[in-house]
Amino acid sequence: MSGEESVIEAEGAVPTTADEGAAAGGESVGDSPLRREDARALRGETTYTDDFGQEAAALAFVRSPHAHAEVAGIDTEAAEAIDGVVAVYTWGDLAESDAPMRLPVRTGPLDCEVPGHPVLAADRVRYDGQPVAAVVAKDRYVAADGVEAVEVEYDPLPVETDPEAAASEDAPTLFEDAPDNVAAVGELGDREATDRAFAAAEEVVSVELENNRLIPSALEPRAALAEHDRTEGFTVTMTSQSPHGHRRKLSHTLGVPERQIRVISPDVGGGFGHKGHHHPGEAMAAWAARELGESVKWTATRSANYREGAHGRDHRTTAELALDADGRFRGLRVDTHAGIGGYALGGGGAMPGWYGRLLASQYEIPAIYCRSRCVFTTTAPVHSYRGAGRPEAIYVTERLVDVAAEELGADPVELRRRNFLDPDGFPHETAVGATYDSGNYEPTLESAVDAVSGLPRGGERDDDGRLRGVGIASYVESTGGGFESGVVRVHPDGGVTVSAGTHDHGQGHGTIYAQIVADEHPVAPEEIEVVEGDTDKIPTGTGTFGSRSTVVGGNAVAESAQEVFGKAREIAAHELDADPGAVETTDSGFRVADGAGEGSDAGDQRVSFAEVADRAYGRGLPEGLSPGLEATTFYELDNTAYTFGTHAVAVAVDPETGEYEVERYVAVDDCGVRVNPRIVEGQVHGGVAQGLGQARSERATYGADGALAASTMLDYALPRASDLPDIETRAQETPSPDNELGVKGIGEGGTVAAPPALVNAVVDAVPGVDHLDMPVTAERVRTAIED
Amino acid sequence: MFPPQFDYERPDSLDAALDALADEDAVPLAGGHDLVPMLKARERTPGTVVDLGGLAALRGVERVVADGTERLSIGALTTDAALLDADPAGVDALLDATSEVGDAQIRNRGTVGGNLAAAHPASDIPAATLAAGATLHLVGPDGDRTVPAGEFATGDHETVCTDDELVTRVSVPLDPDAGGAYARKTHPSTGYAAVGVAARLRVVDGAVADPRVAAVGLLDVPTRLPAVEGALVGVDAGSPVDAVAGAAERATEGIDGAVREDHVVSAGQRCAVLPEYTERAVSAALARAVGREGVVA
Repeated sequence: MSGEESVIEAEGAVPTTADEGAAAGGESVGDSPLRREDARALRGETTYTDDFGQEAAALAFVRSPHAHAEVAGIDTEAAEAIDGVVAVYTWGDLAESDAPMRLPVRTGPLDCEVPGHPVLAADRVRYDGQPVAAVVAKDRYVAADGVEAVEVEYDPLPVETDPEAAASEDAPTLFEDAPDNVAAVGELGDREATDRAFAAAEEVVSVELENNRLIPSALEPRAALAEHDRTEGFTVTMTSQSPHGHRRKLSHTLGVPERQIRVISPDVGGGFGHKGHHHPGEAMAAWAARELGESVKWTATRSANYREGAHGRDHRTTAELALDADGRFRGLRVDTHAGIGGYALGGGGAMPGWYGRLLASQYEIPAIYCRSRCVFTTTAPVHSYRGAGRPEAIYVTERLVDVAAEELGADPVELRRRNFLDPDGFPHETAVGATYDSGNYEPTLESAVDAVSGLPRGGERDDDGRLRGVGIASYVESTGGGFESGVVRVHPDGGVTVSAGTHDHGQGHGTIYAQIVADEHPVAPEEIEVVEGDTDKIPTGTGTFGSRSTVVGGNAVAESAQEVFGKAREIAAHELDADPGAVETTDSGFRVADGAGEGSDAGDQRVSFAEVADRAYGRGLPEGLSPGLEATTFYELDNTAYTFGTHAVAVAVDPETGEYEVERYVAVDDCGVRVNPRIVEGQVHGGVAQGLGQARSERATYGADGALAASTMLDYALPRASDLPDIETRAQETPSPDNELGVKGIGEGGTVAAPPALVNAVVDAVPGVDHLDMPVTAERVRTAIED
Repeated sequence: MFPPQFDYERPDSLDAALDALADEDAVPLAGGHDLVPMLKARERTPGTVVDLGGLAALRGVERVVADGTERLSIGALTTDAALLDADPAGVDALLDATSEVGDAQIRNRGTVGGNLAAAHPASDIPAATLAAGATLHLVGPDGDRTVPAGEFATGDHETVCTDDELVTRVSVPLDPDAGGAYARKTHPSTGYAAVGVAARLRVVDGAVADPRVAAVGLLDVPTRLPAVEGALVGVDAGSPVDAVAGAAERATEGIDGAVREDHVVSAGQRCAVLPEYTERAVSAALARAVGREGVVA
């Protein structure tokens, strides 16, 4: 193993402490206390959105069975006649109101002016499952009766669900202003320089691949409970990863100021991105609540959640890599068609335009050019899904490197090593404009490779006649963009409440933020309350997505903690009649450091933190200090933090059936300083599970008629626990120099690394095959072997 | 996901249940794993759901001797878990198949009779009852009748059982010398069998005799695999590996009907994996039979 300063820590070496284990006043960052969230969840004590508003009226949508059609007429009479149906609404009702009722589109990056997704279809539907009418009834059973009774006449139009075909000349046009269905063309890098690199190259390899369309499958489907009060305005309790984000979006859709909307997000059962996006349900519930003057609740069924999206990925890519005679990468050229669905949802329509920012992965590639066409298709909207652009980019590069190794007869490990960025060359700006903050790639590669060394590979047959293969993927992940709010509030009794604009939906923020605030301060993590998920309680924030919470939320609360405890120290020094520099932190307060005070008993001069807090709100503060003991930080990084690592996979393939087992999975990740190694490990496990789901089985298949064939969990091949291998984790810590905590995000790394690692392993096992598209099903493996 | 309103009855006798089912708008409810999702999806909209849960007489597993043959009689409302707990001898494949049904929660509620009566094409238990040569006992307004397992299902969720009849029990012939087993490829999304194969055979004078091999997930109804059965007869139980593999290779020969497919698992893939799971089932069945015969392999 190279890299003297790197210590690769294997699973099991993770220090584990009990809840009370972290010494107050001592260091708590780096400990692994049990997650404070888990006991409640395991006991079923969590309260999700659907647990609220049991008496509220139920909202349900009539959804289009057609992927593309004119809405010729809607007859609501029979539905309205049903006993218990409160109201039936169509676009006509919404259009008569003063609310825009179209989900906002970030049109800036688009090359066309397209209307936002109407909450109810205006005159045309553009995907299977699009809401066409809304029924409000006394309960959800009657609402379903009402939905069934609404008669909609459709004039079907041609469909196209494939992004490449949708951009061709004979495809049906979805929006007049984008006649070729291309909403935006994103270009990254230097086209001419890249062309020159290819012209001068010794070797050029290429691959065509699909990054399969995925459906977020959080255990809890989306839901919203809306109330309206003429004085208070709207209160929307909903499944949100981003309460302030949803407040802002609802403000646009409803046409009311943000101050008149309160978004509460209680316990949330997973999100993976799609609970950060704005969907018709919460807007329709809010609109109806105001219209009717009563509480209205919408809870998606699984199928509604699946058909409505937002889905993830859906790229078709041609990529080429130029190499010189020494196997050094000289250029990378990528051309992608990405499906964005039937509507541009928020910024999702333009998202593929910048996915190429991570194409350099861990390598020195002097010239890169990436062109992405963001294409409307007659499918549910596509937006960010765990990884959000990073898995797509790294998959391209890591597959291409293996294809290059195969064609050049090179060792894929050696080829990677030869092209790694120099650990002394950070910060490093890539040819596609990403600036990596820090990195040390080779030790993570060596650790992963070491774990699978000696295993049969390259199609070698084992005693059972199975073909064996090994694959690796090295990755870089951009984490922690945007600003975040973090508040540390000390109450007069010394109690501490921490809040942030992020919102936990499984990550363990309560545990993490308490560790950060307690670190080196006179309060224990378990004594710190952490509050998120209410726009009336928390200063404006951004939310939880993009592996950002510890990076920006963590640093926000850390900065507030520094300010608060710094002030507390000043007050303590005043109380102790000592110089602030001579005061040190204890478990529960402050004392005069040994030898710093007068006399030999200086260390016995103490003041508790509770006394300091009391003093902060009382009389006798030192001159120049104002009352109060709280701080609010709006933290923003100029640059994101770049997590990295290498994952290694060993597989055994049955050549007769194409079925294969993952014999070994090793994840070596470096997310800088780990606040809580156990939580990091959990994130890696979850990410790898999702990555293997994409690689092995998941695909949001649309039928030839444009209907979502994978519209239920019976039809969408989500991996089960028994489908997953044992996942070994190893960690390295290369701190980010750009933030005070030195942290980087780890929420998505597994989704980035697992797909190429798995595909590389299976391709290695199957002789004569240079690529297999995801999901790598047994059938695809078998037919590849047979061919 | 919310059914329209329906009436609910819970009769406490078989006669009362049959009376309730005489209403053509009534459907029987046993474990509910097939019916309830259809109700929720509004694929079935009965006027009355007749809950059979009160019919205690239709629960339980017992050995019976009829016409000089020993049989295992399984009450239709016996839950999958109860059958597994009873752990009766002589029905290896049935126990294997039952243990593959859903998960522990599902097996605690799902019933053996309900599983058969629902006639899901990829359900595990029907493979085992077909391989075992079981008989289903039905009762209706016109009295009792019996139907061989191979004649019960007529299509995807279609059977010879009329709307006013109930399956009361299934009886499985017991053969202390036979060995059985069930092996399946789990469908990646449904969790049912993509293909499932049950095998039951005897070893007589060191050779395979009376093999019965049946598959589910392949066609709309459970099907015997005639070419496999034919090839297995007389296979040397002492060194069967190549012969069993060879027989299994012929799994799709003589199959009558369109092979099922969906967007996750194609017909071609089902046919491709069928030999593998046939081989697994037959090998395991043979090992058990050999163990019972006392033949040293």
